[in-house]
Amino acid sequence: MKFTKLLASLALSMSVAGAAYSDLVIPSLDYRTGPYAPNGIHFADGYADYFTLLNERDGGIGGVPIRFLPCETAYNTEKGVECYESTKGEGSLVYQPLSTGITYQLIPKATADGIPIHSMGYGRTSAANGKIFSNVFNYPGTYWDAASIIVKHILDQEGGDLNGKTIALVYHNSAYGKEPIRTLEKLSEKHGYNLTLIAVDHPGQEQKSQWLQIRRERPDYVMMWGWGVMNQVAIQEAANIRYPMENFIGVWWSASENDVIPVGQGAHGYKAIAMHGVGDDYPLYDDIRKYVLDPGKAAGDGSNLGKILYNRGLYAAMLAAEAIRTAQEISGVADITPAHMRDGMEALSIDEARLAELGLPNFGPPIQVTCENHGGPGLGAIQQWDANTATWSLITDFTGADREVVDALIAEDSAAFAAENNITPRSC
Amino acid sequence: MTPDFLNTIEVILNGLMAGVMYSLVALGFVLIFKASGIFNYAQGVMALFAALTLVGFQTGQIPFAHLVNEIFGTQIHHWGPGMNNLIAILLTILVMVLFAWLVEKLVLKHLVNQEPIILFMATIGLAFFMEGVGDLMWGADLKTLDVGIPSGGSFWWEDVTRTWVSEGYEYYGMYIDLLDVWAAGIAVLLVTVLTLFSQYTKTGRALRAVADDHQAALTVGISLRSIWVIVWSIAGIVALVAGIMWGSKSGVQFSLSLIALKALPVLILGGFTSIPGAIVGGLIIGVGEKLFEFSIGPLVGGATENWFAYVLALFFLMFRPQGLFGERIIERV
Repeated sequence: MKFTKLLASLALSMSVAGAAYSDLVIPSLDYRTGPYAPNGIHFADGYADYFTLLNERDGGIGGVPIRFLPCETAYNTEKGVECYESTKGEGSLVYQPLSTGITYQLIPKATADGIPIHSMGYGRTSAANGKIFSNVFNYPGTYWDAASIIVKHILDQEGGDLNGKTIALVYHNSAYGKEPIRTLEKLSEKHGYNLTLIAVDHPGQEQKSQWLQIRRERPDYVMMWGWGVMNQVAIQEAANIRYPMENFIGVWWSASENDVIPVGQGAHGYKAIAMHGVGDDYPLYDDIRKYVLDPGKAAGDGSNLGKILYNRGLYAAMLAAEAIRTAQEISGVADITPAHMRDGMEALSIDEARLAELGLPNFGPPIQVTCENHGGPGLGAIQQWDANTATWSLITDFTGADREVVDALIAEDSAAFAAENNITPRSC
Repeated sequence: MTPDFLNTIEVILNGLMAGVMYSLVALGFVLIFKASGIFNYAQGVMALFAALTLVGFQTGQIPFAHLVNEIFGTQIHHWGPGMNNLIAILLTILVMVLFAWLVEKLVLKHLVNQEPIILFMATIGLAFFMEGVGDLMWGADLKTLDVGIPSGGSFWWEDVTRTWVSEGYEYYGMYIDLLDVWAAGIAVLLVTVLTLFSQYTKTGRALRAVADDHQAALTVGISLRSIWVIVWSIAGIVALVAGIMWGSKSGVQFSLSLIALKALPVLILGGFTSIPGAIVGGLIIGVGEKLFEFSIGPLVGGATENWFAYVLALFFLMFRPQGLFGERIIERV
C-alpha cells in the first residue's frame, strides 16, 4: 500500500514538474562531423545561436523557453532518421533535416506523426504544393525556383535572348543534384538554349574529365548543383581552365565562403544564387554578440558570424521562431504543440517591417505562406564573390522565378506523388 | 593533327596525371601490406590526419583547442603566426613517426600472429579513432593548404600544343595542370627513394626480409616490431605527400579520407605487394577511366569514373588475381 502511494506521489510530482518545465522543443539535425562537416558547422552554429539569443534576451518565445535538441547526423540518411525517431517524442515542433536524402525519408514519417518539416530551399521541390504535402514546407524558395532565377539572370546578361547559347549543368550525381534538370529542360524548350548535363559522382574530389569536357565544349554558362568538396574542386578546376567566373553560377548550396576561399584569387567573380542577405551588417548581430557570443554561449567560436551558411542557419531559426509566434497567436496557447506549429507555418507572414523589427532589415524578401503554397515567394538574388576583399555581395535585387514553368512542374510532380501514395488533395 | 585526335591525347595525358595522384595514395597501402600483410583501412584517414596536422602547424593552431576551451572555458585558438612550410612539414613527419610508434605499441604488438582479418578490423577501428582525434585536435572546418606548389593550367604547354593542329581547325591547345605535373615528379622521386632505400640500406634489406618471410626474418634477429614502426612511419610520410597533393586541390576537409576509395582499384590491379605495381596500376586506372568517360560517358549519362575503375580492376582480377605485379599465388596440394 505504502509502495503504491509512493509511486502515485512520484507520478504526481513528475507531472507537476513536467508542467513547470514546459518548453518549446526545437530539434537540430546537425552535422559537425563527416565529409560535409565544414558546411554543416556553419549552419548549425547559426541555427543554435538564434535560439540561444531568444532565450537569453527574451526568455524564449511568448514567455516559453526554447529547449534546443542537437542530434548529429554526419549528413547520413540513416542517422538522420534515427535522430528523428529519438527526438520526436520530446515534443519536437519542427524538423529542419538539412539533407535532401533525410527529407525524403522523413516526409511520410513526419506527416503520419503530425510534425512539420521545414526543408528550406532543399528536399522535394513539389512539396511546395501544400494541398498534397500538408506537413512539408520549403519556403522561401525551391530548387526549381533557383534554376529558373539563374536562367533569368543569364537572360539578363544576354539581353533577353538565349537562342543558340549553351548552358552546362555540373551536378552532384544524386537526387539533390538531379532536381533542377527537368526545370532546365523545360526552360531550354522555352528559351532555345542547349543544355549540357555533366554529372559528378560523390564526393567530387576528382573532376578532371568533367572540366576537360567543359574546356572542349566551351559552354556559354555553367551552372552548378554541388555540395561539400565537389564545390571547391569544381571552382578550382574552373579557375584552372580559366573559365570566365562571371559565367559560372551555383545554386545556394554552392555559395559559401568554404567553396571559394580555398581557390584564392582564381574564384574572383564566381556567382551564386542567394535566398538571403550576406555579411553581418545587421542590427541583430549586435544582439548576438552581446547576448550570445560575449557571455560565451555561442555554439561555435564566433568566427563564422556573417558567413553565408551561418546566416542561412540563423535565417532558418528566425523563420521557425516567427512560425512559433504565429502559432501562439492563432491558438492562443504559448506552449504550442507540433499541430499548432504546422498551422503557424502555414500562416506565416513576414513583411519588410517585421524583418526590420527583428534586426534583419532587407535580409530577405517578404514571405507569405499559404495553405496551397508551402514554397513561399520563390525569390532569389545573385551574389558574387570578391576574392580581393574575401566578401560576397548581392549584385541583383530579389527576383521571382518563371511561375508559368515552375508551377506547372510542381502541379505535375505533386499530383504524381499524390496518385502513388493515395493522397486526396486538401481543399484550401 | 585533328582536334579530336589531340583531345584524345589530352585525355590520356590527364588520365596519366590523375593516375599518379591515385598511386600516391595506393603506395601507402602497398608499403604496409608488403611488410606486415595488413590491409591498412586507415591509410586514407592517415592522409587526412597528416594534412590536418600540417595546416595546423602552418597556421599556428593549438591542438585540442576546442576541447580545452570547452572544459576550462578559455578562448585559446592559435599560439602565434604559424611556421614556415619546411619546418611545418618536418614537424608533421615527426608526428606521423610518433603515430606509427603508438600504433605499434598500442595496437599491432597485441595482435601479433592474429589472422589478417583481425588486423584489418583493427585498422578499421584505427581509421574511425583517427578521424575523431583529428577532429578534436584540429577541428572540422575547411582548411586551405598551400605549400607553394604551383597549380592551374600550363600556358606554355597550351601554346606549344596549339601549333600541333592541322591548318583550318580551331584548337585551344592541350590542358595540363601544373599541380599534377608536380605530383608526377614527386611520385617519381618518392618511388626512387623508396627503391634505393629498400635496395641499398640495411634497414631496407630488413624490410624486404620481413616482407618475404616474417618467421625467417625473426630467426636472423630482425626485430619485427621495429620494422613495423619504420614501415608505418614511411606510410605516414607517403600519406603526408598524398594529403598535400589532394589537399592543395580541394582544401583540407574530412572528405579527404575518401581518396582511399580511389586507391582500391589501383591496388587490385597493380597488386598489393608491388611498389611499381601501385604506380603502373594507378596509371592504367587513370587513363582507363578518363578514356571511358571521354568516349562512352556521354552516351550513358556520365559520372562513369567511380564504377568503371572497379570494373577495370575486376576484369584484371579474373586473369591475374594477384594483380599485375603481385606475387604469384602458388598453392601446393
